[in-house]
Amino acid sequence: MNNSLTRLTAPIRSVIVLLLVSLIAVSCGGSDGTEVSTGTETSVASPAGVPEPDSSTTEATGEEPEAPAVGIADEECQSTTSITLATHDSFVVSDGVFESFTATTCIEVEQVAVGDAGQLVSSAILTKDNPTADVMFGIDNTFLQRGLDAELFVPYESPLLATVDAALQLDPEKRVTPIDYSDVCVNYWIDRLPGDAPEVLDDLIGPTNADQFVTMNPETSSPGFAFLLATIARYGDGWEGYWQSLVDNGVSITAGWSDAYYGEYIAGGGARSIVTSYASSPPAEVIFSDPPVDTAPSAVLYDSCFRQVEFAGILAGTEHVDEAQQLIDFMLSTMFQEDIPLNMFVYPANSEAALPDAFVEFGQLADNPATLTPKEIEANREAWTERWVEIVLG
Amino acid sequence: MALAAVPAAFVAVFFAYPVATLLVRGIGLDPGRLLDVITGSRFLKVIWFTTWQAGLSTLLAGTLAVPLTWAIANRQFTGRRLARVLVTVPFVLPTVVVAGSFIGLMDRFGLDQGTIRLRHTVWAVLLAHAFFNIAVFVRSVGGFWTQIDRRPEDAARTLGASPWLAFREVTLPRLRPSIVAATSVVFLFSFTSFAVILLLGGPRRSSIETEIYRYAVTRSDISTAAALSIVQMVAVVSLVVANGWLQRRVAGRQGLVADRAVPAQTRRQRTRLVTMLAGTALLLGLPLAVLVERSLASGGGYSFANYQALGERVRLLPISAADALVNSLAFAVVAAGIALVIGGMASLAIVHGTRSVSRVLDLGMLLPLGTSAVTLGFGVLISLDRGVLDLRGSWWIVPITQSLIAIPFVVRGVVPVLRAIDPALREVAATLGAAPARVRREIDLRIGARALATGVGFAFAISLGEFGATSFVGRRSDLLTVPLAIQRLLSTPGDLLRGQAMALSVILMLVTAVVVFVGDRLHPKAGGML
Repeated sequence: MNNSLTRLTAPIRSVIVLLLVSLIAVSCGGSDGTEVSTGTETSVASPAGVPEPDSSTTEATGEEPEAPAVGIADEECQSTTSITLATHDSFVVSDGVFESFTATTCIEVEQVAVGDAGQLVSSAILTKDNPTADVMFGIDNTFLQRGLDAELFVPYESPLLATVDAALQLDPEKRVTPIDYSDVCVNYWIDRLPGDAPEVLDDLIGPTNADQFVTMNPETSSPGFAFLLATIARYGDGWEGYWQSLVDNGVSITAGWSDAYYGEYIAGGGARSIVTSYASSPPAEVIFSDPPVDTAPSAVLYDSCFRQVEFAGILAGTEHVDEAQQLIDFMLSTMFQEDIPLNMFVYPANSEAALPDAFVEFGQLADNPATLTPKEIEANREAWTERWVEIVLG
Repeated sequence: MALAAVPAAFVAVFFAYPVATLLVRGIGLDPGRLLDVITGSRFLKVIWFTTWQAGLSTLLAGTLAVPLTWAIANRQFTGRRLARVLVTVPFVLPTVVVAGSFIGLMDRFGLDQGTIRLRHTVWAVLLAHAFFNIAVFVRSVGGFWTQIDRRPEDAARTLGASPWLAFREVTLPRLRPSIVAATSVVFLFSFTSFAVILLLGGPRRSSIETEIYRYAVTRSDISTAAALSIVQMVAVVSLVVANGWLQRRVAGRQGLVADRAVPAQTRRQRTRLVTMLAGTALLLGLPLAVLVERSLASGGGYSFANYQALGERVRLLPISAADALVNSLAFAVVAAGIALVIGGMASLAIVHGTRSVSRVLDLGMLLPLGTSAVTLGFGVLISLDRGVLDLRGSWWIVPITQSLIAIPFVVRGVVPVLRAIDPALREVAATLGAAPARVRREIDLRIGARALATGVGFAFAISLGEFGATSFVGRRSDLLTVPLAIQRLLSTPGDLLRGQAMALSVILMLVTAVVVFVGDRLHPKAGGML
């Protein structure tokens, strides 16, 4: 039978051969593209109106100063250990960052990406007895308690925690280490607002902003959930009434961020001028603008901000505790921390890390962001979202 | 026997074992959960919605596919091959992109508000499902139709039957096996659809699939998710069993030909052909045109800047979009290869095996298509985790998972054709001294080659466009695929990123079109000997 299969599939085999040929052709084209990548990253940033893009990029990644060290340490490595870092899909570092870690420590880092933060945490809990990785990055304060309750992590207190604001260190037992943070905030498109710029959450329920606000279902969207938490933190038990007023004022609900931002918000050609997004969205609008602009077209309603902190933790069951600890230290180092903002559009946890110019100029974090403890969030998540569904979706 | 054993083993190891492990883990903790789910009125509502929207989506896709299916099967015209190819293109597009195009279209025609508001209605869901799935009908049914002998209809016409009567009484019954097969695939596709429901259906609608995601991911409540998965699978199995029964009942032997299509001769025939083609082109083409326009919009005008930017790694992505395309192509080649071998063997075993082998295999091959990506992805994570089978984070797990979803497209396309082969043909070959293997090679595989090539084209397209399972099984970060890259580009503000996402989607369409076109051309002519 095998024989007959081979013979019949001959024509189809030629399809496959053709595919492979095209594949090779594409891959050659692809590698051509990669070679020029360093040049183009700057060109992506430069039309964005970021002053002195060249210097800011090099400073931020710090690749250049590290370069000589790579060569030296490489020769010194007798053997390398490999450890695995599990992350969500949004985790990206610049080329050369982990290589410099390998060069100084002889530890190679393999990265495995698993969906979004929720998928990452759920899959880590499922695979707890036989973890896929040694270190996990990407659990945030809205999921933290769930990970801690499941005893996913072993404690480690990095010496570099001294550089991290105490407000970000949400686990007193140091089972997780804060790596970055950001604010989920309501954004508005400055020149398309029907009235004055909103300053407090209550402005969203005023008649001026009727039918202007679009936000996300907290059951299906992480920024949507963060905004719900912001209202709960600000209004306490009054949050239900606030949402009722939002509904009466014509709030629109979508399943996910892209759907809201590009589907209903002005940015994507929609009609609504107010949306739930991030504090870093205005700088992103500048950096990735097309055609280039000098000022951010959108701004942030600081009263609405909820602080999200992302952590890394050493997964229980790893055989490479020492290497994992070194990786955590590296992730808190200024080199790694300064690479974070422009790749992931979040802020470095290490207060000594310099921010890229665009973040300094166009991005601002809330002085007094809303927060809730991970315990409160986990304990009430279901009740809150179910109540939210009743009020908003009816 | 080996013919059945290989596909059975493949599905057992890579589908049944992982899914069973997850279900046991989930329900084993809390058996009462299953009962709660089945009897909970909220879930009953969800189950009911999932079922009827899938049924209506299938009906709509089938109806909208009629003109093009007819034209491709019966008329020779310039661009016939191209039409067969282009119809596949929507299949690979990420839902978030298609949803964006639909929303863009609705905006343009003012359908986003007012009395005929489409957005966040079930109509948007049905239309999007139809848009994705028209290809299944056009290619499977159209391909089958092309191969059935037109002489019985001609005879009916000569005897005085109207064209409609001849179609209804002579053609339709003979097409039924392939219609039934295509219907089952489209139904399952719509039954387990995820992003269309969320993005176009609006926040108030949930299907079994979106509920499984919500419980498994947002709540880490595996027991409820597993219970819902069981409900989903029971529904799928009963559908498949009913469908298989229907398929066997209607399967008839019939004369097969290489190509029954003839050119349009009269002016009336030509007008009718043009109308039918134009209608479909409008339906499928408009959302795609919006996408192409958006991909070219750059810097306030139109240019290829978004395309040129794809070779370079943009921040936010671990690799360049061009490298993601290379990854996707490599995965698709392997996934399509697996689907070809496993699906081909399974089809032969289903047609020639004993009744029980045939039925079990038929069901087993179709089941992955009707299973939640969450269940399969998480199942793989907790089961294929030891020894040689530790495939977590490996390169292979991505194409293997994708091929599971693609195999049904091969099997469902090939089996009706093989069943239609006149047994006399095989008997003659056997009488002339051909061994059983040679009979299958010379008769079954040669006649089934067109359907096989069609199926492999689908497999390729499915792999290129697959999102859910790929994101769940976990993969090395540098193994980013195009749909994941598009999703990522669309998750940060900035027109530059959005433009690149659109350009990448258009490239995904073009690549699919080229591959399917080449595949269509290479399948051997299904013999004039018939």
